[in-house]
Amino acid sequence: MSVTHIGAVGSDLGRIEGPAKVTGEARYAAEQDHLHDVAYVWPVQSRIAKGTVRWIDDDPIRALPQVLAVLTPDNAPRLQPPDDGELAVLQSRTVSYRGQFVAAVVAQTLETAREAAGQLQVDYDSESHDVQLTADHSQLYRPGEPDAGFVSDTDEGDVDAALETAAFSVDHTYETPAQHNNPMEPHATLAVWDGDELTLYDSNQGAYSVQQSLAKLFGLDPAAVHVLNEHVGGGFGSKGTARPNAVLAAMAARVVQRPVKLALHRHHMFAVVGYRTPTIQRIRLGADADGRLSAIAHDVVEQTSTVLEFVEQTAVATRLLYAAPNRRTTHRIARLDVPTPRWMRAPGECPGMYALESAMDELAIECGLDPIEVRIRNEPHCDPETGKPWSSRSLVECLHRGADLFGWAERDPRPATRTEGSWQVGTGVAASTYPAYAAASSATARADADGTYRVRITASDIGTGARTALTQIAAGALHVPTDLVRVDIGDSAFGQATIAGGSMGTASWGWAVTKACVELREEVERRGDIPGDGIEVRAETSAEIKARTGYTFQGFGAQFAEARVNVDTGEVRVPRLLGMFGVGRIINPRTARSQLIGGMTMGLSMALHEEGVLDPAFGDYVNHDLAEYHVATCADVTDIRAQWLDEQDQHVNPMGSKGIGEIGIVGTAAAVANAVHHASGVRIRDLPIRLDKLLGRLPTRIG
Amino acid sequence: MTEAIPGTRVRLQVNGQPHELDLDNRTTLLDALREHLGLTGAKKGCDHGQCGACTVLADGRRINACLVFAVAAQDVEIQTIEGMSYDGTPHPMQQAFLDRDAFQCGYCTPGQICSAVGMLEEFDQGWPSAVTAGEQPTALEADEVRERMSGNLCRCGAYMNIVPAILDVAVSSARGLTPPGPPAPRSAAPQKPPAGGAAPGSRAVTS
Ligand code: FES
Ligand code: FES
Repeated sequence: MSVTHIGAVGSDLGRIEGPAKVTGEARYAAEQDHLHDVAYVWPVQSRIAKGTVRWIDDDPIRALPQVLAVLTPDNAPRLQPPDDGELAVLQSRTVSYRGQFVAAVVAQTLETAREAAGQLQVDYDSESHDVQLTADHSQLYRPGEPDAGFVSDTDEGDVDAALETAAFSVDHTYETPAQHNNPMEPHATLAVWDGDELTLYDSNQGAYSVQQSLAKLFGLDPAAVHVLNEHVGGGFGSKGTARPNAVLAAMAARVVQRPVKLALHRHHMFAVVGYRTPTIQRIRLGADADGRLSAIAHDVVEQTSTVLEFVEQTAVATRLLYAAPNRRTTHRIARLDVPTPRWMRAPGECPGMYALESAMDELAIECGLDPIEVRIRNEPHCDPETGKPWSSRSLVECLHRGADLFGWAERDPRPATRTEGSWQVGTGVAASTYPAYAAASSATARADADGTYRVRITASDIGTGARTALTQIAAGALHVPTDLVRVDIGDSAFGQATIAGGSMGTASWGWAVTKACVELREEVERRGDIPGDGIEVRAETSAEIKARTGYTFQGFGAQFAEARVNVDTGEVRVPRLLGMFGVGRIINPRTARSQLIGGMTMGLSMALHEEGVLDPAFGDYVNHDLAEYHVATCADVTDIRAQWLDEQDQHVNPMGSKGIGEIGIVGTAAAVANAVHHASGVRIRDLPIRLDKLLGRLPTRIG
Repeated sequence: MTEAIPGTRVRLQVNGQPHELDLDNRTTLLDALREHLGLTGAKKGCDHGQCGACTVLADGRRINACLVFAVAAQDVEIQTIEGMSYDGTPHPMQQAFLDRDAFQCGYCTPGQICSAVGMLEEFDQGWPSAVTAGEQPTALEADEVRERMSGNLCRCGAYMNIVPAILDVAVSSARGLTPPGPPAPRSAAPQKPPAGGAAPGSRAVTS
């Protein structure tokens, strides 16, 4: 399956769009040149969490100078019913959560649109709302199918019986709060109609998917919708599908018959673009006298909205990480009057592994074993759930190599034994894992008579380095240097391709690019020359993806953290994080390192800072800006390192690569929480690890 | 502009170029740059002074362009990321960001670079930070950079590369002696640390 390369793959190529990004030349969605005729739309958000819009006093607003239109549920263009109810923007008077769009003002200037939207009087018939997730919520139910096609529950053996007879056991509940993706570029769309053809400059993770969604909504042939996303300022899952901004901008542009721009405000993003569900997770582990697991149970409670049933696959990593004869996982969900939670970086694995890997640390302590040793003793020889072999699995090696680099051997296992002045110091470890998915995609490769090559694919570079990696993959498959290859991405006109999500972008697009480029190279070789009008080859990988069976494809890693806890203030600092990963072949070490470190940085942020605070009275996230929703800053990051093994995987895909966009955030929070426990003796089972949770539980300093 | 919307003819000096614009009085400097001058290098991440994506230099000092009305920015020389490179050569800070892969999505990057350039100026002027031991900083260590750059959020998590990029520039321009780079900043840098924490109302003459 593998193809020959001549050095392009694995080289340290700098980001192709790097110069454009550091000079400000790179244009993101809302930055296209339509200075003179563009209008602006500003959404009006619901002030109630549940009920109906009774009346909108739009006439006075329509009469304001510069106001072009006021869109309401009564006058907004009618859309075809979407699969995702969040896209039925202004299609009904029903209010399903606080912050939902209930109207919008279109004006000649941004200032007027925003102020007029703020003045619009909206009256509601409100109903009492239910926004608080609890472990015993009366409306909890077993969902049909969690995200990414998993089943909600698994059950093998007899967990309860095994727990009863276990030599050692752990039974704890871990909680994670709502977390908000907050890419630095807010979701934005510039919509331009030309007759019945729509062009969207949109900030998203997949132009093809947005094209399909918008075409369906507006009842258009997909060919009449053109979506461009040349540069995207981060997404982390929140731009994985079309979001309401794309729909509202397109609607407004249709109504006012000119280009319309909608750049969401940071405040809007806490309601309408998705977030990570809060979770309540009970983990039960049973082990024999040697620390070998006899039972693993992971029961998850989470929320979704009344608009869409989105079920985070929180417990799925538990199904395959460790061997145990008796295993059980469940997901229970409550439909609340809240915004719809969606994908956020490693949905499922990220919060789920915080719980599981905290519990494994607790089990190690119960058993009196080193936390690395307890993991190694429970290494499964094949996928415990399916019995399939691993295409490759390097968790044990990651633990060993990471431990060496981190200096784990010197660790005194007893908690709260190392102090430096007013700081207690400790270290912790956790495993990381994330699937190595791939999805069908198509690509075009072209050879021109001047000896240059051009590849087109509807890929998205949301900061991953995709454009650069694909250039390397193409050059490798063509057997030419990278500077002869130009890869164009970010344009739905290039045809079907999967999104930048599920850490499968490079694998999926790279597969299609490889196929197209190998076929092109063979065609060029067969003909012996390149004709004046060039040679073009188009390839598509659905057959290859379908044939991709027989193995479990999964990346693994180990993360090590050092934590310092101040006994006087409860402040937690993390001076060191080290991640060691087994993620197949690295296409570009430079961008890969950045991406893994970026994931770990977000994991650190999750461990120490991030929490969407729900106001039960009003029913929304009150800390809906970057001053109050804290994310890691420069001062939080002292030393984060990411390294990887030279892992060979012949089965995963033609590049031998596994996705690296998400695995970096999986396990970080557990490693930090475990280090905090080792430092202070205090186990924090609900994120984030804030000083108020530690104060009062730390030793009093003597002298 | 309709009469009912109060507007002003605003003169802005941006990257050495004079501009005259009829602007709504509510227009921020950031929106004037992005929506009226087509200078979209300065980014909008929050419009609220909370993320630093909109950082530009005003008379060499870093400011959040989203927190300044355009009408109030008429007497200063504004420098944006578009004015950082000189004669097609990237500013040393831009080059250092490239060399260190100090960004991913790039959306925070123009703000980080402008902020870093302004920060080095502040350091040279002897402005202390929260981690400075005495009244004046002596050496630009990584912890000083981290502290001084914490107003610029990077959700991609490029901090581990941003700090070495800035230190590269600091070292190569012998911090404490000379300001970095070709002619940026174009105008005089702040002369004194602010008294009592308030920013000095520097109105330096453009060169
Ligand atoms: S946009 Fe100005 S600080 Fe965020
Ligand atoms: S590079 Fe993406 S936010 Fe900093």
